[in-house]
Amino acid sequence: MDQPVDRTHTLSILVDNEAGVLARVIGLFSGRGYNIESLTVAEVDSEVRLSRITVVTTGTEMVIEQIKNQLGRLVPVHDVRDLTIEGQSVEHELALIRVEGPREMRVESLRLANFLHARLVDSTTHAFVFEMTGSTEEIDAFVELMRPLGLAEVSRTGVVAIGRRSDTNDAKT
Amino acid sequence: MAESQTEDSDRGLTQDTVLGSDQDSAEHQEMSGAEILIRALINEGVDVIFGYPGGAVLPIYDVIFKQKELRHILVRHEPGAIHAAEGYARSTGKVGVLLVTSGPGATNTVTGLADALMDSIPIVCLTGQVATHLIGNDAFQEADTVGITRPCTKHNYLVRDANDVGRVIHEAFYVARSGRPGPVVVDLPKDVQFSPGAYAPPKETTHRTYRPRVTGDSAKIEAAVEMIANAKQPVFYTGGGVINSGAQASKLLAELVQTTGYPITNTLMGLGAYPASDPQFLGMLGMHGTYEANLAMANCDVMVAIGARFDDRITGRLDAFSQGSKKIHIDIDPSSINKNVPVDIGIVGDVKNVLTDMLRIWKKKKSKPNQAALKRWWTQIDTWRKKDCLRYRVNDELTKPQYAIERLYEHIRDRDAYITTEVGQHQMWAAQYLKFEEPKRWMTSGGLGTMGYGLPAAIGAQIAHPESLVIDVAGEASILMNIQELSTIIQHRLPVKVFIINNHYMGMVRQWQELLHGGRYAESYTDALPDFVKLAESFGAVGLRALKPSDVDGVIEEMIDTPQAVIADIVVDPDENCFPMIPSGAAHYDMLLGLEDQGEVSDAGKMLV
Repeated sequence: MDQPVDRTHTLSILVDNEAGVLARVIGLFSGRGYNIESLTVAEVDSEVRLSRITVVTTGTEMVIEQIKNQLGRLVPVHDVRDLTIEGQSVEHELALIRVEGPREMRVESLRLANFLHARLVDSTTHAFVFEMTGSTEEIDAFVELMRPLGLAEVSRTGVVAIGRRSDTNDAKT
Repeated sequence: MAESQTEDSDRGLTQDTVLGSDQDSAEHQEMSGAEILIRALINEGVDVIFGYPGGAVLPIYDVIFKQKELRHILVRHEPGAIHAAEGYARSTGKVGVLLVTSGPGATNTVTGLADALMDSIPIVCLTGQVATHLIGNDAFQEADTVGITRPCTKHNYLVRDANDVGRVIHEAFYVARSGRPGPVVVDLPKDVQFSPGAYAPPKETTHRTYRPRVTGDSAKIEAAVEMIANAKQPVFYTGGGVINSGAQASKLLAELVQTTGYPITNTLMGLGAYPASDPQFLGMLGMHGTYEANLAMANCDVMVAIGARFDDRITGRLDAFSQGSKKIHIDIDPSSINKNVPVDIGIVGDVKNVLTDMLRIWKKKKSKPNQAALKRWWTQIDTWRKKDCLRYRVNDELTKPQYAIERLYEHIRDRDAYITTEVGQHQMWAAQYLKFEEPKRWMTSGGLGTMGYGLPAAIGAQIAHPESLVIDVAGEASILMNIQELSTIIQHRLPVKVFIINNHYMGMVRQWQELLHGGRYAESYTDALPDFVKLAESFGAVGLRALKPSDVDGVIEEMIDTPQAVIADIVVDPDENCFPMIPSGAAHYDMLLGLEDQGEVSDAGKMLV
């Protein structure tokens, strides 16, 4: 038998936006010892109060299958989609990155930011704040570039993701 | 379930499908939240609730006082209420209901909720809560009940508006009994109980998202039938899911097993789903299961798991579990399939539906088992049976616990009896030596292993079946965990019998200390036990005692013939161990048979429970 290997999967979970629903999802991961690499949540339909939770998790094939089945068992969960195996998807993060330091280093950071499509969203006499959206790898790369240039603080949303075509009937949300 | 959710999510976009109810119906009435609650319970067909009053549920108790349709059974401690509701639910197939107050009332039910979750028992637990404006203020008898009970319920609700009470209650019953059953908590703040709200009984209850898949995939069922028909060394391994699926499921299971002629074993939770006296029944499997059942599992070529969940008490060491077999798994809970053991065919669906389809396909295809292979397989099984693994040494001076339970069985086998147990050695002996011919007769805490379950569960079973013989097979340690419920038994004149296998030890703890910890019996001996005869009498029950084997039959007869509640204190050999035993971390074929066979337990095994 092949040794089971851990893989990273992005799950998109449509839930009723009701009190405690996030605690149910998070509690399931912590209670059963599953990993959460990142998690984002926001309401996507205010009329019928639906939220979408995007979780990036790692595990063997059997564990990922278990996670999806366990999530499916939660009463307020409408739908669980595994974007990693359900064809192509767009997976993006947003990051805010503050760089502090002497002028020449900040100028260099601005030059790199322009080149890599990070946007300058705030500046003071001694600091810049860049906003960047992109794949996790792109943001990782940008953060590494900023490190020698006075990287002070990073804040990231974690991955939000969407399928490139509708595999299910819930395309509206 | 994933598939049904996909097709449902479209419809789920409209809010008015929540309960499928017509809010504008003529039956629309305005009542207080507490009145709506009781009305909704009655509309759900509830006739009895177990409970204990307190400040945060007084408005509900006031409504209970003023009506006659709902009977309230006052317990002596909230764990008694939830285990009684479990006993009621398991012996009837209906949802068990309890009502407790906020704070300690609610937290005292947590063990029972976890128990019901593990054993898939449908429960609706109504808890009082402090008024909504006090929530979060550390008010008197406030606890975050939905927070505390979230991981030990199937679902829970905090109701913030009296207009929602009716909808939530009906939804709670729907969730508790649908799919894989489980406990649901409804937390009701005191102001919501007082405030006026609208209520219209729903015409039918569905749920906008929770719609478990109940019909199996027909292609998989077809493949499973073919695999079963071609098996040479098959075994059916069935659990509590068959019992939860209803009486029809047990009948279909018996038909399938008898049509094929294949051997069958039951889990602890599944006992009674197949008649134990039938020669195709191999007895219980697992850690204290029979030699023939476990060896059949280890050596089979096709395993058909039905409503069972491959837990560690069944599989033993996972990497040595039935390596050579193809496995079919039928379960209503998709997360039970491929959880511990990868299977070849996983069928999500209600057991009775899947078995109906299987039998239909079996007959349509005119499937015939391989009779020559089956004959060889039964010959092999019969050699394992000859080990007579439940044999024990009889002693004239000191009652062997197995003897006491065997004698109990001889006296109740032709009676209308319900059995509950506590947890420990006596529980395993009861599972080994009592034989159940039909489902819903056997109630035990399987998954969680909750000592103190049996006495209140017997109350629930006796309330549901007032004319039947209800016996709690207990240990002297477990019985003390909910002994206060004797008072409930006396108040409601319940003729519950308590059959205590009294060995002065927490017997299973002592057995593990003997096998794993060099016989250092740390804290497993109970000094200063009560005199159970006087204890029974002090509550107003009848106390009996058997000191030696020759007393046992007489005490059992007197216990059964006594019209009121009885404690029978059966003093047994304190050193007896429960065999056969697969030590934790061992494989099925490494079974200890007892008597002269005392094996070693690996260091890895000692780490397990």
